[in-house]
Amino acid sequence: MSDRERILPLEVRGLGLAFGARTALEDVSFVLGAEGLTVVLGANGAGKSVLLRVLHGLLAADRGAILWNGRPPGPPVWRRQAMVFQKPVLLRRSVAANISFALAARGLARGERRRRLEAVLESCALAHLAHLPARRLSGGEQQRVALARALALEPDILFLDEPTASLDPAATRAIEELLLRSRTSGTRIVLVTHDVAQARRLAEDVVFLHGGRVLEHAPAERFFTRPQSEAARAHVEGRLPP
Amino acid sequence: MIRLLALLLLLAGNAAPARAGEHFLILQSTTSTQNSGLLDYLLPKFTARTGIEVRVVAVGTGQALENAANGDGDALLVHARERELAFVAAGQGIMRCDVMYNDFVIVGPKRDPAGIAGGREAPAALRKIAAARAPFVSRGDNSGTHIKELALWRAAGIDPARPEGGWYREVGAGMGATLNIAAGMDAYTLTDRASWVTFANKRNLVLLVEGDSRLFNQYGVMLVNPERHPGVRFAAAKTFRDWLVGAEGQARIAAYRVAGQQLFFPDARCD
Amino acid sequence: MEDLGAAFALALELLLAGDAELWEIVRLSLAVSLTAVAIACLLGMPLGALLASLRFPGRQAAIVLLNALMGLPPVVVGLFVYILLSSAGPLGALRLLYTPTAMILAQAILVTPIVAALARELLSGLQEEYAEQLRSLGIGPWRAIPTLLYEGRFGLLTAALAGFGRAIAEVGAVMLVGGNIKHVTRVMTTAIALETSKGEIALALALGLVLVGLALLVTGATALLRGTAARLSHV
Repeated sequence: MSDRERILPLEVRGLGLAFGARTALEDVSFVLGAEGLTVVLGANGAGKSVLLRVLHGLLAADRGAILWNGRPPGPPVWRRQAMVFQKPVLLRRSVAANISFALAARGLARGERRRRLEAVLESCALAHLAHLPARRLSGGEQQRVALARALALEPDILFLDEPTASLDPAATRAIEELLLRSRTSGTRIVLVTHDVAQARRLAEDVVFLHGGRVLEHAPAERFFTRPQSEAARAHVEGRLPP
Repeated sequence: MIRLLALLLLLAGNAAPARAGEHFLILQSTTSTQNSGLLDYLLPKFTARTGIEVRVVAVGTGQALENAANGDGDALLVHARERELAFVAAGQGIMRCDVMYNDFVIVGPKRDPAGIAGGREAPAALRKIAAARAPFVSRGDNSGTHIKELALWRAAGIDPARPEGGWYREVGAGMGATLNIAAGMDAYTLTDRASWVTFANKRNLVLLVEGDSRLFNQYGVMLVNPERHPGVRFAAAKTFRDWLVGAEGQARIAAYRVAGQQLFFPDARCD
Repeated sequence: MEDLGAAFALALELLLAGDAELWEIVRLSLAVSLTAVAIACLLGMPLGALLASLRFPGRQAAIVLLNALMGLPPVVVGLFVYILLSSAGPLGALRLLYTPTAMILAQAILVTPIVAALARELLSGLQEEYAEQLRSLGIGPWRAIPTLLYEGRFGLLTAALAGFGRAIAEVGAVMLVGGNIKHVTRVMTTAIALETSKGEIALALALGLVLVGLALLVTGATALLRGTAARLSHV
């Protein structure tokens, strides 16, 4: 994957989106570099999930520009992305079949599909579950499958929308470990969460959303020790926003 | 995809035991003729003699004539003389012959509220039924039976359709269904003798009036005109007609018995 | 009431004696209705999936129309097909009237809307569940159709069964286009109508019981199949 084909860095300028009278995003601008694990943090309803969906091409913004390494959004860009949703959406087939399905949808040849499938089953500790019906697994295991499916696609950027919100601590840890390992391997990760503790554990930089606006975008350490806005301070300290 | 569907259709369509080739004809006949059992008895004998299968579509007289007018039959065997002649006059039918006759009878509930039992005059009986406002079921479907019934009402000087008390019930159905309804309602009705004898659900109904010469019921056979409908299986149909009015067909008709009774009387005469 | 008792006894007798005419009628009923349902599924299920997956102007109207067509009266379908196949009609040259093929055609027309409407209902639910994830994987509404069909396979089986139930039980269409010809186009329902018109109530009831038994057999077999498949596979 040459650097010219990669879709990062990402530049977002003046993004705006309203649903009828309700403003979901307002004047959102930031830049994401080619590497790292970014957490998009904010209270529920702040616009985090909407932002993710706009970046992934599931929603269209009303205003603003999105440039992926200089290129506009479109199917060629989205094909180099992957997303994990809050609730794992798995097909009524085996774990292996679910992952193969995604690989086939990308148009990969059978040999390549098999190679990637085996690799991701191994790295996500799913080999012993490979032939079980995916929907019979526990919530944590299902989310691991969803993550494995996304990783198998070898995306330039991986979006995750509150991936552990419904999971117990053990399952959450498993997912977080996988994410950190992927980050080390070079996958760009953008994670949406409202959970401050999780953000502290994972984030390298934080984009803080409040009321559809980006109030702060800072390296993690600076954000958590010296949040610039009142809303961010409140959120970090576990208080309700003003 | 379309080809797959067409193939499926044709394959399954041939799953039924149909004879190959055109060694069959389609005979449009009436439900009363079929229900009497005559055709089940008669037709195999024709097939044994000629190797031609007769496929019977048994519907109401009106529908049989309509089907034939569309070219959906090769021959007709019905009992509605005036309408048959009209069919021929219109150029739709050819080579018509009388084949056999039997008679109509009036049946009704055993307790006979109109007191017609034993009568030998049909219009008089109908007059008594009307006077008593006793329930009477009419086929109401323009069949031979229905037309005969209307003629009898006319002869009795009564118009039963005038709405008075709802004793006259037009059901718009075949003879079998009409008899079922009459049995269920304990009502009077006009029926051909063959249908009556072979009907298995008589309940409280009994035969009350017979023998009036006006109750005569003539059956006729004719062919669908191949000049009007070139696809008609004329050769097979003509063979059938010839057999029906010929010596063997006529003898077989006379030989058909139900409960010891002869139901049809051969009287072949071609126009 | 004695009719019912006599009917049970008669039904048993006919079945055990292996009455040839009965088996002929049963075979034809199954051949016609199963083929009609197969065609209805081939046409109706992709149509239902299409309506569930794609968005286009007039989609709502199409769904309403499809649901309404579920209520097509069999006798009306029979009339329509008769007019089509009659010697005097546009397809008269095919000589299909009064053949089992005509009956299959009529029943297929009758059953396709049922299968399609039920499929659409089922797959719409699935589509809602999968929409975002499929789009995330780069699968658009057209490519989603085979996926939805496969995912919904167990529910679709029920839709097929509903179609079969409608087909095997109807008499209006097959009577008109088949003609109830002995050995050729006589099926269970037309045989029942015939025996009833002869006043043979017990026999008609007996045939009715056999018909119900047939439907139970098919439904039962499908349930067994589904159970096994579900155990081996995935629900």
